Amino acid sequence: MQHGKYRFIVGFLALPLAIYAVFVISPFVQAIYYSFTDWTGLSSDYSWVGLENYDRLLDDEIFWKALRNNLLLLLVLPLVTLGLGLFFAFMLNVGGKRRRGAVIAGVRGSGFYKVVYFFPQVLSIAIVAVLFRYAYEPTEGGALNGFLRAIGLDSVQPLWLGDPDLALWCVMAVMVWCNVGFYVVLFSAGMSSIPRDFYEAALLDGANRFTTFFRITLPLLWDTVQTGWIYMGIIALDSFAVVQIMTIGPGGPDYSTEVLSFYLYTKSFRDGQAGQATALGVALLIVTLIFAGIVMRLGRRERLEF
Amino acid sequence: MGSDFNRRDLIKRATAAGLVAAPAATFLTSCASGDDGDGEKVEQGKKTDKNPLAVNESAGLEVVIFDGGFGDKYAKDAEVLYKQAYPKAKVSHSATTKIQTKLQPRFNGGTPPDLIDNSGAEQMDMGTLVGKDQLMDLTPMLDAPSIDDPTKKVRDTLRPGVVEMGQFTGKEVWILYYAYTVYGVWYSQTLLDKHGWEYPKTWDEMLTLCADAKKKGIAGWTYAGKHPYYLPFSMYPMMAKVGGREVLDAIDNLEPNAWHHPAVKAVIEAYYELAAKGYILKGTPGLDHIQSQTKWTEGKAIFIPNGSWVENEAKKTTPKDFQMAVSAPSGLDSSDKMPFGTIWASGGEPFIVPKRAKNPMGGMELLRIMLGEASSRNFVQQVSSLTSMNGGTEGVTLPPGLQSSNDALAAAGENIVNPRLQDWYVALQKEKIGIAALGEMMAGRMKPDECIKKIQKFADDTAKDDSVKKYKHT
Repeated sequence: MQHGKYRFIVGFLALPLAIYAVFVISPFVQAIYYSFTDWTGLSSDYSWVGLENYDRLLDDEIFWKALRNNLLLLLVLPLVTLGLGLFFAFMLNVGGKRRRGAVIAGVRGSGFYKVVYFFPQVLSIAIVAVLFRYAYEPTEGGALNGFLRAIGLDSVQPLWLGDPDLALWCVMAVMVWCNVGFYVVLFSAGMSSIPRDFYEAALLDGANRFTTFFRITLPLLWDTVQTGWIYMGIIALDSFAVVQIMTIGPGGPDYSTEVLSFYLYTKSFRDGQAGQATALGVALLIVTLIFAGIVMRLGRRERLEF
Repeated sequence: MGSDFNRRDLIKRATAAGLVAAPAATFLTSCASGDDGDGEKVEQGKKTDKNPLAVNESAGLEVVIFDGGFGDKYAKDAEVLYKQAYPKAKVSHSATTKIQTKLQPRFNGGTPPDLIDNSGAEQMDMGTLVGKDQLMDLTPMLDAPSIDDPTKKVRDTLRPGVVEMGQFTGKEVWILYYAYTVYGVWYSQTLLDKHGWEYPKTWDEMLTLCADAKKKGIAGWTYAGKHPYYLPFSMYPMMAKVGGREVLDAIDNLEPNAWHHPAVKAVIEAYYELAAKGYILKGTPGLDHIQSQTKWTEGKAIFIPNGSWVENEAKKTTPKDFQMAVSAPSGLDSSDKMPFGTIWASGGEPFIVPKRAKNPMGGMELLRIMLGEASSRNFVQQVSSLTSMNGGTEGVTLPPGLQSSNDALAAAGENIVNPRLQDWYVALQKEKIGIAALGEMMAGRMKPDECIKKIQKFADDTAKDDSVKKYKHT
C-alpha cells in the first residue's frame, strides 16, 4: 500500500516538478554560477573571476542606495497599502450605519465603491506609470501642480519626480494607488466569510466599530492579510516597471529612485556587465529570502477555526 | 493514506518556493549564453566592378533598424536599391526600439542579423561588442569605390571625423555612424527677431538677454530635466572654446583633475548662474526631453541644448514660422582659446555588421549603397538630418533647422570638437555626470564647486574600475 501511494504521488508531481526545475530552478543555479564570472551578456565567451563581482558590490555606493530604497519600499509599501485596503474594506462591509434587517452593513453606495476601487487593477502598470508621469509634470501642464494652483497654492509647486527628497514617495504613491483596490476586494471577500453572529454578539456587548475591527475582523482575517503582505513585499522588491517608466534618468534624480531590479537591468543591458548584474540578482535573492523568513516567523500564529 | 502529508505544510512549502521564485531576476538568465552554434556563412559571390565586395547575389540579407527619431523608411528605400542591384536576394527588414532585447540573445546564440543600426536607449555596448570580437571590420567597404564615382573610395566621401569615430584602439573600423549630428544651442530665429535680440556671443551678453527676457515673462533656457545629459551638448564645446581642445581630451582620457581645469570650472559656474538667477523655465528639472522641447517650441523658453534630431522630433509641435536655428555656444569673453563658432558635431546612428552574420558582405554592400548620393539625399529630405556622406544637400531645399546646422558647420570650419565620453563611458556620462551632478546643480540643489568635486570623483572611480574598458585619444 505504501509503495502504491508513492507511485501515485510521483505520477502527479513528475511533470510539474520537471517544468519547475527547468524553468525556475535551473535559471537560479545558472544565475548564481554566472555571478562568479565576467560574462558580458553580449558573447558566449567568459571566464571565472571568483568573488570579484561581490567585492565590487560592497564598494558600490549605488548598490547600497538601491538596497536602501528597496528596504524602504519593503517597509512602507505593504504597511500603507494593506492598511488602506483593510480600512476601505471594513468601511465597505462593516463600517456603515446600522440599518433595519441587517446586523452590519457597509457605507452607503459600497457596491459602487467596490467596483471603482478595482479600476486601477484593470490598467496595465505601464499605462498607469505613463499617466502619472504627466500628472507629476511640474510645469503648467501637470495635473497635480495645476490642482495646487487652482486652489490658490501658487507658491507650492513641487518638482515631484524631479526632487530627490520626494521622488521615491511619488513612486510609492503610484504603487499604492494601483494596488490598493485589489486588497479591498480581497479583504472584502475575506470579511464576508466571517459569521455575522460574531458581530451581533459584539454589538450586543456594546463594542464600537473600532473594537470590532481590532477584536473580530482583523484576527479572523489574519491569514488573508499575511498573504497580502507577502505579495506586496514581492511588488516592493521588484518595482521595476514604475521606476523605469516614470522616474528621472530613470533611477534618479541623484539615484533617489534607484532600485535593485532596475540597477541590475542597466548593468546587464546597458553596460554589458551581465556577470556583475547576476551578482546583484543574487543579492536581491538573499534579501528576498530574509524577507520570506521574517514573514513566515512573524506570521506563525494559531489559526482560529470557525 | 497515511497522515505524514499535511496539506497545510505542503501549501506553506509551496508558498516559500513561490516567494523565492517570483521577484528574482530570472529574465536575465533566460538569455544565458548558449552554445556558439557558429552560423554558416553564405558563399562569396563574384567580384565585379559593380560588385566590388563580392556579394553573393542570391543570398538573403537581414537588416534591423532602430525605429527612433529617424524612423526606418530611409533604410527601406536603400533596401529597394539593393534589390535592384541583386534581384535574386531576399531582403528581410525589421524595425524596433528595443535593439538590445531583440538582438542580445541572437548575439549570444551566434545568429545575429547582417546589418544593425545599434542606436537608441537600448543600444548594445559597443566597447563590449568590439572587445568580445563580435563585429566585422568595415575597412573593405570603406576602401571599395563609392557608388557614385568609381574613382573615389567610400572613405574619401565621408565627413571629417566619421572614420575615426568608428575605430577603437587599432586601425580597424568597427562602426559606421550614418547620421551626422550637430549639437549646440537651439533657438527660434523668429522669437529673437521679434524682441530685437541677437544670438549672444559672450556669456555677459547671454545674461543680459536672459534678464531682458525674464522681464518679458520668457524664460532664457530650458533643457531635458529628466535627462540632464543633454546639457553637455552646449557645455562641452563651450569648455573647448574657453580652454582649448586639450580640455575635452583630458576629460575623455579620464585624467586626474581634468574637471578642475579653470575652463571647465568657468563653464560650470556660468551655467549655474543661469539657474541661480532664475533664467531657467520653472519646473524644467521634472520635464523629459519631449516635454521640454514642447515648452520651447511654444515659446516659453528661448534656448535649449540639443542635437540636430530635434527638428524632426519636435516637428508636430513646431509652429510654421518658428525658423528653428542652431548656434555654436556662447563663449566667456575675448580671452577664449578658440573662436566663436566652435561646435560639437559627430556621427550618430551607429551601424554595425556582426562577425557571425550569415551575409556580412551583403550588410556592407547595403551600407555602401546608403552612403551613395541618392540614399543620402533621400535621408536628408526625409528626416532633416545630414548624413556622414559629405554632400547630399545640393539642390535640396533644406528645412530651416537643417540649413542652420549646415551653416554652423561651414562657419566652424576646422573648429569642430568631438567629445567621446558619451560613447566611451555611457554610465559615467549619462547617470553620473548628467543626472547625479549637472542635473542636481541646475535644479539648484548643488553648488558648482561641489558639482565639480563630485564629477571628478565619478571620473576617478571609472578610471579605477577595471570592469570598464578604457579608451584614449591618440
